[in-house]
Amino acid sequence: MYVYDDFDAAFVKARVAQFRDQVNRRLSGELTEEQFKPLRLMNGVYLQLHGYMLRVAIPYGVLNSAQMRMLAHVARRYDRGYGHFTTRQNIQYNWPKLVEIPDLLDDLARVEMHAIQTSGNCIRNTTADPFAGAAADEFVDPRPYAEIIRQWSSLHPEFSFLPRKFKVAITGATVDRAAIKVHDIGLKALRGADGEVGFEVFVGGGQGRTPMIAKKVRDFLPEEDLLSYLEAILRVYNLHGRRDNKYKARIKILVHETGTEELKAEIEAEWERIREGALKLPKADVARIAAFFAPAGLAERPDAASKLATERASDAGFDAWVSRNVVAHKVEGYGIATISLKAVGEIPGDASAEQMEAVADLAERFGHDDIRVTHEQNLVLPHVGLDDLKAVYDALVEAGLASANAGLISDIIACPGLDYCALANTRSIPIATRIAERFADAERQRLIGDMKIKISGCINACGHHHVGHIGILGVEKKGQEFYQITLGGSAGDETSIGAVAGRGFSEDAVIDAVEGLVDFYLTERRDAGETFLQTYRRLGPEPFKGVLYGAQ
Amino acid sequence: MKSITANRLKDGEAVWLDARGAWVTDARRAAVFRSDDEAAAMLETVSRQADVVVEPYAIDVTVEAGTMVPVRLRERIRARGPTVRTDLGPQAALAAVAA
Repeated sequence: MYVYDDFDAAFVKARVAQFRDQVNRRLSGELTEEQFKPLRLMNGVYLQLHGYMLRVAIPYGVLNSAQMRMLAHVARRYDRGYGHFTTRQNIQYNWPKLVEIPDLLDDLARVEMHAIQTSGNCIRNTTADPFAGAAADEFVDPRPYAEIIRQWSSLHPEFSFLPRKFKVAITGATVDRAAIKVHDIGLKALRGADGEVGFEVFVGGGQGRTPMIAKKVRDFLPEEDLLSYLEAILRVYNLHGRRDNKYKARIKILVHETGTEELKAEIEAEWERIREGALKLPKADVARIAAFFAPAGLAERPDAASKLATERASDAGFDAWVSRNVVAHKVEGYGIATISLKAVGEIPGDASAEQMEAVADLAERFGHDDIRVTHEQNLVLPHVGLDDLKAVYDALVEAGLASANAGLISDIIACPGLDYCALANTRSIPIATRIAERFADAERQRLIGDMKIKISGCINACGHHHVGHIGILGVEKKGQEFYQITLGGSAGDETSIGAVAGRGFSEDAVIDAVEGLVDFYLTERRDAGETFLQTYRRLGPEPFKGVLYGAQ
Repeated sequence: MKSITANRLKDGEAVWLDARGAWVTDARRAAVFRSDDEAAAMLETVSRQADVVVEPYAIDVTVEAGTMVPVRLRERIRARGPTVRTDLGPQAALAAVAA
């Protein structure tokens, strides 16, 4: 992974010292809250329902074991023993004390971590395929480009006060595991005819109260032009993006109101002006960054597959876990293991300090010191020898992390909702846990197969409900929580925005409603290979609405 | 009826203004203002305590068995703690006392 140079280290250290001084001035009354709020937000410190919340950046979702141990230390020393992995591949702490946050940030800096640009109207953490550098279907490892974007966008003076926040996602594989089309900019790294790297570029995707799928503006942007093209997009957005209405300020609205072709012409014109300038990426610099992400040096494991087959045959639980949570690696004899943070009854994305340490140990012993955070709020060990999977699984069982449910109905994305969030209208976590409990039977989950349920506690859509096969949106009516169902959404390939099915349900009724939809799907699907989403797309919304509301 | 709440500056804890004008972490001890004007006047006074609390505001409350209960779910959750982690927040201390 990328290693800080002297500049990075000195910069992060200086930033912590600066924030320490700002905190002290706030505590002494020298700064008002009005003056302090933008400063704390620039350092990832929010004020939520129960207290401060600190969001720590995990660049493109990549961690080593020392960093994961530090996250555990922070949870234990400064918080209440746990942290919450988010849909932006970051981690949030729900209970830090303002007076202690400078010390906390000093500790994080010791492992090359910080909380800069995890809030505010700036370019946020670039998210990436969590299987980067490991996936069998990968053309280009997106991590070096995500790192280059991180360096370009960190404290970019021109883009620190954009009309609104700005999110970039990047993948370099056939299957889109980074949901690139629901980001402000989505990048898909490709190989050209001669093996050269380029990018398919999408602009103007997003969720929130106005969900939009990004529009393609470039089929193949040459590697050397990556930053100049991004700069051109940001400049056009910074100039024309709306600042009069917070809810219409994202670039998706600009794309929608201007029209893709006209906006693209403006981007191209700006790009022509700057493309031969300082942002042209020298090959040597790309190679220098790429070297940090060199392949893990995975030795051949000729007997691994047969050992795995034997172990799977003798342990049904392990076999089920491998079936759902392990996928093919680009190197034979290895697998990519998803560690589910969705045990039945637990809060999606939460991990205790002990669990973080267990994962750090496994990454060190069996995983080439590499850990990923997924936007679906799980963790990943991207390089595990097939003959080590059993040992990994056994340790995960000990840690309460061995749920064999990756991609199944209980692998739910949920925002923190009204249990923690100051913006939420309703709770979302209890809906997630109740659905997982309703479908707790592992056999039934496997029968249902691939299913993405995503839950948001307000229209800001942090729980990605717009792209859930079944999406659930909490709305408050006369002081009561209601839950609206959307159907047919999908992130990744064939991205689609779910359609609202109709009026909302009470907390109890929405669990039954989801079960009704699932049971209907099971009776209607052509065969076990047809997923819920495929059946929905084949039959259309009406029969599913009939399940929810009766024949109209 | 109204009570006044805020978050404590130094650690972020949710706090309520009690009858003596002190900020307390136990919502049951919050002062209840019978008139909106009275609450508004008090809010203006405490809004000057910017080095103690952050963004104080008034909430609608009722009184049940002599104790303040917030009207909105949001404020009930603030007063008790997350409904999904009853081992955390003010409710945890109450449970410890009851046990």
